[in-house]
Amino acid sequence: MKLTGAQALIKSLEMESVEVIFGLPGGAILPAYDPLLDSPIRHILVRHEQGAGHMAEGYAHVTGRPGVAMVTSGPAATNMVTPLCDAYMDSVPMVAITGQVSRPAIGTDGFQECDTVGITRSVTKHNELVMDAADIPLLVRQAFRLATTGRPGPVLLDLPKDVLQAEADWAWPTDGEVTASLPGYRPTTKGHPRMIKEAARLISGARRPVIYAGGGILKSRAAEALRQLAERTGTPVVTTLTARGAFPDDHPLGLGMPGMHGNYTAITAMQQADLLIALGARFDDRVTGRVSSFAPEAKIVHVDIDPAELGKIRRPDVPIVGDCRLVISEIVRALAGMEQVDRSEWRSRISGWQERFPLHYDPPDPGGPLKPQYVMEVLRDSAPEGTVLVSGVGQHQMWASQYWRFTEPYTWVSSGGLGTMGFSVPAAIGAKVGRPDRTVWAVDGDGCFQMTAQELVTASSERIPVKVAILNNAYLGMVRQWQEMFYEERYSEVYLSPDLPDYVKWAEAMGCVAFRVEDPDEVQPIIEKANAIDDRPVVIDFRTDAQEKVFPMVPAGYSNDDVVVHPSQKPGGEKVVQ
Amino acid sequence: MPTSPTHQTLSVLVENRSGVLARISGMFARRGFNIISLAVAPSDDERFSRINIVIDVEETSVEQITKQLFKLVHVVKITELHPSEAVERELLMATVAAGADERGRVIEVVGIFEGKIVDVGSAQLTVMLAGEPDRLDDFEDLMRPYGIVELQRTGRVALPKLDRQAAPRLRATGKAS
Ligand SMILES: Cc1ncc(C[n+]2csc(CCOP(=O)(O)OP(=O)(O)O)c2C)c(N)n1
Ligand SMILES: [Mg+2]
Repeated sequence: MKLTGAQALIKSLEMESVEVIFGLPGGAILPAYDPLLDSPIRHILVRHEQGAGHMAEGYAHVTGRPGVAMVTSGPAATNMVTPLCDAYMDSVPMVAITGQVSRPAIGTDGFQECDTVGITRSVTKHNELVMDAADIPLLVRQAFRLATTGRPGPVLLDLPKDVLQAEADWAWPTDGEVTASLPGYRPTTKGHPRMIKEAARLISGARRPVIYAGGGILKSRAAEALRQLAERTGTPVVTTLTARGAFPDDHPLGLGMPGMHGNYTAITAMQQADLLIALGARFDDRVTGRVSSFAPEAKIVHVDIDPAELGKIRRPDVPIVGDCRLVISEIVRALAGMEQVDRSEWRSRISGWQERFPLHYDPPDPGGPLKPQYVMEVLRDSAPEGTVLVSGVGQHQMWASQYWRFTEPYTWVSSGGLGTMGFSVPAAIGAKVGRPDRTVWAVDGDGCFQMTAQELVTASSERIPVKVAILNNAYLGMVRQWQEMFYEERYSEVYLSPDLPDYVKWAEAMGCVAFRVEDPDEVQPIIEKANAIDDRPVVIDFRTDAQEKVFPMVPAGYSNDDVVVHPSQKPGGEKVVQ
Repeated sequence: MPTSPTHQTLSVLVENRSGVLARISGMFARRGFNIISLAVAPSDDERFSRINIVIDVEETSVEQITKQLFKLVHVVKITELHPSEAVERELLMATVAAGADERGRVIEVVGIFEGKIVDVGSAQLTVMLAGEPDRLDDFEDLMRPYGIVELQRTGRVALPKLDRQAAPRLRATGKAS
């Protein structure tokens, strides 16, 4: 059977069980949009290609399946660079398809030509310029294999227009052929038995162990295994920003989020641990603070599917390359029969911190502006069971992560490694497409919202009823916080205005239902109204206190011993600076 | 040879695909790893090429460089060659100013080093020398006073030293299935 490259592309995507493509057509990718008309694959037409990329990510975060984005060449491909980098940093499985100028025009600075594989090489797990229509099925299969196995990540295929138009014999490669075509790709999934035994031995003998759970737990679908390990050994668990939901916050062993804006207990427990069990985590600087003084007494067991993470930042005592789910299950098995040391002193030390340094914010002045943390609490308490929470980047992201109570994996979607403002609206749309049965709330900043809000037009026209809570503090709040704390309150280019744009009118113009909330008494009823709307997107403009800062905080470059807690918690606090 | 070498050679087997060199050099640049020299050649199997990369191991660990290299899908196998376990050679070609007065002395030095004269002009000689990189350095120093007009070195290539008792002391990190 002969197919055009375009037909082969769409058929290959169907064979890979793709149910939705986020994209926007243009000259070079035009041939691929024709067979799409006859395909069962749903296409969601975005308003900006960056939106397509973040939607694919949001979809992948909640479903575990690779998100697919398809755009044309040149400016469309460059618009895809940010989501690719975002997906690369957070190991999100994604396949991006870009059009390219026809083969004879490559290298001639043709119209809308850009060196897409060159530009995206360092922000993809792999990319390929497809030079022969006959290669399309194999390269698509490779792309999905690479995106979803080992350490997941984005893969890009760049397709010249004439390759899409050329005819070739259709042949769908077997699993074995795909493997044989990737001789340099053999991820290790099973941990080394001797190392697993050694890890189990260290865990049983540790007096002050902490499990440092990273995004890899979610990627390897290891939440259940993690729970077994924690409960079997009575080991407390911190979940990093990318791992929120991997362990229940309401579990007695759950310590919540560590890091720059983590809670005091999570940070300090890691700091004073004698053993850190790092599972699918990469010792990011936002977690470790100053590396040289991070968890100084801790031995390290480090499990990761990416060998390059072991020893990249901190040398592990027990390095284990492998899939977290498999390795954790093996460790649990190896623990059978091992005796455990008494950890009651450690547990009481931890609960002491929890009592002394809970998350805290000052109640609002009477008649004063809304506290963003209060909005988060009400949003949390009113959220239907199983709600997926998505965030932008900034103060609101930290409050969202701090004040939500995660009880289920895959209910948190956020941009961790890259910290991409503008992530939340499109990512929420992608998440809602992936899990239409769930309520999806995006918590966004006023600054972030302005970067990608146009995708609400996509949401309205495609009937994707996401909900957006803008914590409108009229500032690039996180930057404002740094300027207040570290630049002597010299505010430089951070003011945004609460009224310009008029978020309610703007949202309405994009086909959304919109509300504005200034009065604390209105927070709950309006959120409930929003929760009840199921046929179109909703936006709430919450007017929040511009002065509010995120606490606790470990200033960049400082040691995690120097946690700056909320000012009201300072007196008498141990190891508290400023 | 110095006891704690500042360099190490990685012999990297890669799929023979367009852009593979850009992937490798891009990864080095992005992660701030230093390449001292690099030589690419086809291997005995046309599907693969062999890249010899001499890396600076003072700043970054060989382990981290190797692991990051290995993440590139087109990298199939990496063999670490510690200088004490490798036979390393490099090729140098130089055009040296050598008028009638100096010509004899230049030829004499080339002879001592067992190099070759590969081209002769009225006032210049092009000489060639293959050997251990340190020897090439010495040769270059000796040629400099005459005036080096042009110089090219290939970068080193290396193979593991053979062990006469047991199997070769190869530290290969293969992605065998
Ligand atoms: C694309 C992009 N540009 C700039 C930044 C730097 N940055 C981090 S947080 C932030 C402020 C975000 O403002 P807003 O969305 O209003 O959130 P807030 O901090 O006020 O909650 C900025 C500018 C970024 N992370 N991403
Ligand atoms: Mg703001």
